[in-house]
Amino acid sequence: MSTASVQLPRWINYGAIPLINLVLAFVCSGLVVWAIGESPWEALQLLVAGALGRGEGIGFTLFYTTSFIFTGLSVAVAIHAGLFNIGSEGQAYLGGLGAALVALSLDRYVPWYVTMPFAIIGAALFGAACAAVPAWLQAKRGSHIVITTIMFNFITSSLMNYVLVHLLIVPGKMAPETRTFLPGGQLPKLDWLIAMFGGKLGAAPLNVSFLIALVMCFLVWVLIWRTKLGYEMRTLGISPSAAAYAGIPYAKIVMITMLISGGLAGMMALNPVMGASGRLQIEFVGGAGFVGIAVSLMGRNHPAGIVLSALLFGILYQGGAELSFDMPSITRDMIVVIQGLVILFAGALEYMLRPAIVRLYQQVAGGR
Amino acid sequence: MDYFDILISILGSAIRLSIPLLFTALAGLFSERAGIFDIGLEGKMLASAFAAACVAHLTADPWLGLSAGIAVSILVSLVHGFASITNRGNQIVSGVALNFVAAGLTVVLGQAWFGQGGRTPQVPAQGRFSPIILPGADEIRSVPFIGPLYANVISGNNILTYIAFLMVPLSWWVLYRTRFGLRLRAVGENPGAVDTAGVSVAWLRYRALIVTGFLAGFAGTYLAIAQSAAFISNMSAGKGYIALAALIFAKWKPVPVMFACLLFGFLDAFANFMQGKSVPLIGEVPVQIFQALPYILTCVLLAGFIGTARPPRAGGVPYTKER
Repeated sequence: MSTASVQLPRWINYGAIPLINLVLAFVCSGLVVWAIGESPWEALQLLVAGALGRGEGIGFTLFYTTSFIFTGLSVAVAIHAGLFNIGSEGQAYLGGLGAALVALSLDRYVPWYVTMPFAIIGAALFGAACAAVPAWLQAKRGSHIVITTIMFNFITSSLMNYVLVHLLIVPGKMAPETRTFLPGGQLPKLDWLIAMFGGKLGAAPLNVSFLIALVMCFLVWVLIWRTKLGYEMRTLGISPSAAAYAGIPYAKIVMITMLISGGLAGMMALNPVMGASGRLQIEFVGGAGFVGIAVSLMGRNHPAGIVLSALLFGILYQGGAELSFDMPSITRDMIVVIQGLVILFAGALEYMLRPAIVRLYQQVAGGR
Repeated sequence: MDYFDILISILGSAIRLSIPLLFTALAGLFSERAGIFDIGLEGKMLASAFAAACVAHLTADPWLGLSAGIAVSILVSLVHGFASITNRGNQIVSGVALNFVAAGLTVVLGQAWFGQGGRTPQVPAQGRFSPIILPGADEIRSVPFIGPLYANVISGNNILTYIAFLMVPLSWWVLYRTRFGLRLRAVGENPGAVDTAGVSVAWLRYRALIVTGFLAGFAGTYLAIAQSAAFISNMSAGKGYIALAALIFAKWKPVPVMFACLLFGFLDAFANFMQGKSVPLIGEVPVQIFQALPYILTCVLLAGFIGTARPPRAGGVPYTKER
């Protein structure tokens, strides 16, 4: 009997296997560190201390976590409907334009809590707009969504380059970025959250969008597992032919799913643009869209898992930055290696150990 | 400057810019026609560029550099195969992962070995592929039209450029005139039929990926030690994705791949030329339009407005022998 059809208990499928894959990815990363001539154990200690040691470190960690939750949710929503959205990066980038336009036009007149809802809508609309064309091409013309979303990452990048260099740049300045928003266009920092645990936020840009991200996690959970639309999306994801047989409209679900996915990616822009730098900068997404793929895979496309894996990558990003200060021979790009290995082991090689684990489980559980 | 001289200089630079695309797109052709999606072309290019630059720096021999580039690229390709053929993992996820690993590892290792912020040291002149002046180039330079075209566009390229154009008919011959090519195309359309005929699907796909790695190795080597003289972090700068776009734009066929790569190379060269220049009546055309044009064209093609682009039928689906 083939091992592929054996049912494993949930704690093995959703707990043990991802954990073992994660450990494998870290062992490989440790080998790289060891090959460079540094101690992997010491590097790990520095990394964890840098990410979680002080209030400021935690603030930075949660700041990165916020971005990764949004992009992770974006990828996950699409995956539930069987769509692989590689375009979160571009959708977040365009979302930044939506958020920035709202902030630039409202920050003079109203306080931040009035700007915020419009900024959320603006960011989501622009992000969704960026996903709309690939979605339409997939739904109506059958073009592969992976290819078109990759293409749109580059198209968006050129578009934003043009917008920032030619249209939104402050006259007389060299840097292609908008003016700094007034407080009415900025999201306040979460000093009190860190202070509650006796820490100090310092210069860390942890802001209100962290709370928005958590709300979105809950809403995505409701959408996927508690609504008719979510049920239809999951049906389409598991079996397109069953979905067609049940009368679920393919084109409509693909469009809606991708618009939601793009909207979630667009909202990621709130965090760096309105929460941290207070202005729209070139290339501000910085790969967070691609991290979303890893986050979603690690988190098994479930919002709770996404929060945990976003936290893991937040720790990696902040800890990795601190690590490169303390160990100059290890550059920040080590994070990219770890990220790649996590995607490789948790995503592409997820079935590698399954047959062995199934055999082990059958022996321990008495065998059948 | 005379319009003809401008055209010659743009054409020359278009050729130089399209060579890495051509190698990479042909590399992708073999894996995609065998039913393995390859988003990881970018990573192969980077990894092989790094390997070629390191070895060429140490040995001052471009051919050893090329061999290293090819070896590393094949290694990356085999990891992709291990994940997507042996373990039936998601091919796109595996490609994305390998792109990250290549982008990170080249800089981490480069910094650890050479300490120049991820760059490799300058490759000495004899360690690079330098331009070859074809016979008679200087003699007929003064002949109008044909002279400059021969001297500045056809002659004066390095050996890899000529190899790239040789690879086009060679790829066509392998894919359409050999038993291996026939089986390779069949395994991308209907692996079950190939399996029934008693040919191993996995081994065939692995061989396709080895060819992919081999060709992508040339592309990386070209970037590192023919076009420039060192490895710079992220020096492929999205060329792997443009090559993927070219491959789709050419509808997965070798000769159209060449024309698509030349077109995209020309757009790139034209964008460089147009930077800061203004066109009569329109004014300054933003260079970003030219940068985005390959991607826009590919999307338009995928939408089915310029003929139909039908990918290999079994692409992206891991093959399971029995349930």
